[in-house]
Amino acid sequence: MKKLLKSLLVPAAIAAATVTGPVLAEGYPERPISVMVSYGAGGATDFQARIVTMVAGNEDQIGQPIVIINKPGAGGRVGWNWFATEAENDGYTLGAYNVPHFIAQSINGGVKYSTEEFEPIANWGSDPAVVVVGKDSPYNTINELLDFAKENPGKLTLSGAGLLVGHHIAALQIEKAIESKLAYIPTKGGGAAAMKAVIAGDVIGGINNLSDAFRASEAGSVKILAVADIQRNEEFLPDVPTLMEAGYDVDNSSVNFRGIMAPKGTPPEVIDMLAEKVPAMFENARIAKQMKAGGSPMKIMNRDEVLQMWSERQAYLTELLADLK
Amino acid sequence: MEFLQYFGGVFEPMAFLLLVGGTIGGLILGATPGLSPTMAVALLIPFTFQLTPVHGLILLGAAYTSTVAGGAVSAILLKIPGAPANIATALDGFEMAKKGEGAKALHVSFLASGIGGVIGVLLLIFLTPVLAEWALAFGPSHLFWMAILGVTVIGSLDSKSFVKGLLSGCIGLWLSMIGYDDIQGAERFIFHDALTGGIHIIAALIGIFAIPQVIEMFSKGRQSADVQVVTIQKQSFADSLKILFARKKALCIGTVTGSIIGLIPGVGGQIAGLLAYDQAKKFSADRDTFGTGNPTGVIAAESANNAMVGPSLVPLLTLSIPGSPTAAVLLGGLLIHGIFPGPDLFTNHPQVAWTFINSMLIGQILMVIFGLYIAGYAARVARIPPAIMAAAVLVLAVFGSYSVQQSMGDVYVMVSLGIGMYFLEKSGFSAAPLVLGLILGPIAEANFIQGSMIANATDGATQYFLTGTLNLFLIVLVILSIGYSFWSSRSSKVAS
Repeated sequence: MKKLLKSLLVPAAIAAATVTGPVLAEGYPERPISVMVSYGAGGATDFQARIVTMVAGNEDQIGQPIVIINKPGAGGRVGWNWFATEAENDGYTLGAYNVPHFIAQSINGGVKYSTEEFEPIANWGSDPAVVVVGKDSPYNTINELLDFAKENPGKLTLSGAGLLVGHHIAALQIEKAIESKLAYIPTKGGGAAAMKAVIAGDVIGGINNLSDAFRASEAGSVKILAVADIQRNEEFLPDVPTLMEAGYDVDNSSVNFRGIMAPKGTPPEVIDMLAEKVPAMFENARIAKQMKAGGSPMKIMNRDEVLQMWSERQAYLTELLADLK
Repeated sequence: MEFLQYFGGVFEPMAFLLLVGGTIGGLILGATPGLSPTMAVALLIPFTFQLTPVHGLILLGAAYTSTVAGGAVSAILLKIPGAPANIATALDGFEMAKKGEGAKALHVSFLASGIGGVIGVLLLIFLTPVLAEWALAFGPSHLFWMAILGVTVIGSLDSKSFVKGLLSGCIGLWLSMIGYDDIQGAERFIFHDALTGGIHIIAALIGIFAIPQVIEMFSKGRQSADVQVVTIQKQSFADSLKILFARKKALCIGTVTGSIIGLIPGVGGQIAGLLAYDQAKKFSADRDTFGTGNPTGVIAAESANNAMVGPSLVPLLTLSIPGSPTAAVLLGGLLIHGIFPGPDLFTNHPQVAWTFINSMLIGQILMVIFGLYIAGYAARVARIPPAIMAAAVLVLAVFGSYSVQQSMGDVYVMVSLGIGMYFLEKSGFSAAPLVLGLILGPIAEANFIQGSMIANATDGATQYFLTGTLNLFLIVLVILSIGYSFWSSRSSKVAS
């Protein structure tokens, strides 16, 4: 009896789903949307995601509020694994991505996601990695610091937020550019713990987020020697050279891009609608003001630009990380 | 004395309303299983978007202060510690509640919290520049020895058996290894997706402490004719004060331990309560009654975990380094209003900074008042029949562990650890050392690996871990602590 009931119900359910599918997209969104952040509450990604989605409920924006759900753990793997395998693809569950983190992790293996599993919607921010040393450090330029590393392979201790995050990628790129080894020290407590190690003098220097390093240098605790980006940051650090300007072949591959994505299989109409409305929402003046107040650089990119950025990173990181395996 | 001129700001109608609201809300959030102070503060941050920076921070400061103390409520009445800080409170507090002394336990808990908390905030006000240097003095090698010092406490924390205490500690250390290792990139003991991120400490706490007693209550069944009805003893405020001041030693130990340990970034809050509890026990004449409902244990634990609140903000406010997860969330709350913490915070934004600190001071006092007020009512929980109580605690345990990160995986972890712990307790192992192992494992391991990486790039491991005044000082403490455990277990054998 149970079997019979099941065999009757399953086709009926499938039929119902196909019929209601397009209808669902038409009224979208009719209830609040959740955005999964794969880092803890209070972290930079969480805090920025909350700011950039705070006007979503307005009638002229998405028309429904966005709520943030945190699924932290294992450097983001817990949240993104969940997003790729369990998140509903009905448009009501979106996620925040961090590039290069999730791409580097997917190349390294052992996770259930890759750029193929996710559909980007829009990018809101970019936080380049910078090289910092403590305020009393004998090194005053990036060249002095990296000359030391060239002469003493494996002796330059540089702290960073973890493995396969932007800071680690920047360290790998620097190693490649100077053809020598660094002692990259990942920390467990994220960028804040890595910065503490630099300020306290536990390590010679560190690779950290521009936003956090800017604050620390304003507070007089660190010197910022270089930015790992293709151009200087005119807004916060106009006087700090890029690694490229200092003569090292390091591009913007380590820049931490943050944005919103949907799981694979989300109805195309929903993706199109979000791809149009979300970047427009990021343009909101109130958001810009709050982001600037928090020292978080914004970079709004639409779906096509993000798709292109993802595929460039995918190609480059596959090559860079090939040596690590 | 600059802070005195900004006291007015705290008593403006809107500010004071937020302070009262934040305190009451914080007590309720803190008493809710699964909602740690970190989460409570994170939940409140979106509300501060609409407020001025001063008002926003008053709300967050009040909530931080009172959630830490509120965690004692569920620890004492339900044996569900709201956060790692409240573990030690549950050890004696719950035993007191079972005897009908819930109101007494809550009274001394709130009074001790208040006194510890006020002293902690005063330290923050007067000694910040000195303390900031102390906070920075701890590098990976020192944090490693700190964690080892914590590990040595494991043996003496279990009053029944030294060996079983150590064994439960080992189980805890092993549990802490599960999950993806952020530093070396290894996957360890991940047999199920729910374990990728490791065992979440809050889910583990709920399972390990609450589930065994739920099973115990269910196993007694409903033929509760022989279950004796607990008479709730009335508790007067004057009597509570008398109990507290008869135990000044525990209060001092708790406050001093809490303030010193609270300063150390990344370690402090988690173990302050347990270390203070252990110290109070070692220095107490009636140490055999610890764990059976001795108010001294509650006083030491609660004064320590609230004394930690003020000093834990020192690295954040002076150096912009968040020393604890809650401080990291508060940093977000500051940044959102364009306030950058740092050495010039008190010159650039004195109004904001001092009003925030003052609100924590007043918040501690309000917290004691409201806490004492609810204590009498809350203690009646102990009169609920065991069958209903068991069901209610089970619901709260599932709700609490799920809400930590909206994950069913945490619920499975909570239930499995709880069932495991039930059988361990049956065979004489206890929960506190196991939990301490679970907390200290990652601290010891991460700092040892980082330390070795740094040591390899510099002078080598021997030099790095075994030289320097602070290292040597900590090593001596470790040796003393181990020696004491041996001595006391031998002398108690001789006595019996």
